[in-house]
Amino acid sequence: MSMPIDHVMALSAVLFIIGAAGVLLRRNTIVVLMSVELMLNAVNITLVAASRLHLTLDGQLFVFFALTVAAAEVAVGLALVVAIFHALGRSDVDDISAMHG
Amino acid sequence: MSGGALVVYAVAALAVVSALGVISARQPIHAALWMVANFGLTAILYLALHAPFIAAAQLIVYAGAIMVLFVFVVMLFGRQEAALDEPLGGQRPLALAGLAALGFVLVRAVLQTPQGAGSAAEPDPGFGSAGAIGAVLFKDWVLPFELMGLLLLAAVVGVVVIAHYRQDAGAADGGSTGT
Repeated sequence: MSMPIDHVMALSAVLFIIGAAGVLLRRNTIVVLMSVELMLNAVNITLVAASRLHLTLDGQLFVFFALTVAAAEVAVGLALVVAIFHALGRSDVDDISAMHG
Repeated sequence: MSGGALVVYAVAALAVVSALGVISARQPIHAALWMVANFGLTAILYLALHAPFIAAAQLIVYAGAIMVLFVFVVMLFGRQEAALDEPLGGQRPLALAGLAALGFVLVRAVLQTPQGAGSAAEPDPGFGSAGAIGAVLFKDWVLPFELMGLLLLAAVVGVVVIAHYRQDAGAADGGSTGT
């Protein structure tokens, strides 16, 4: 291993923050979904790094399951985005406010 | 040693750059391309962390399947207006301040936590291979594995229901939405 584990985890934290910034600062729904994927990916890096640190495979199994959940989440999320786009003609996050209290 | 470290640090820097590209791209398709770059770089990082199977799964599932879905939806939407200067009111400085604080805390906490003695030890050659992952998966994680199948089935059914609902609503509204 050529990179200390804590540096890998710091990289993961930075990527997570960047993804959160995308969620908070962008309004395009597709870009927001991509930013969520970025955050999931950052957490996966942490899990793999922890797996390497403790020399157990459980962290990598978590990543395997996270990949599956991410695939399901993207499929449903994009189907919803397409449905909203066809109903409203736009895809900005602020347009989806029918349940605004 | 230093050569390998140089490569890994370069990959890490490029991963940060590509992540910034995702959230600052004006066109969604450009964000998708930055995203592919980020997933590929993450896969390289996984290889450096002795996780070859996860690296391959990352490339196939994330960079392959998920990004194809994203690009497909971007294609459905067509070319959209460049909208980086989105009117967000007072949300932007507030969000930036909160993110900076969270990032400071996270990075500082990670760097100050003493790592165990395990990081110095070199894992055995089969660590993270498909065989090792499969052995653990089907010995210790069988029930979550089966539940994953259930989750995927639920996702497929949900997507089909959403797609059908859209068609019915469009026809009920006068059928002018036909494409």
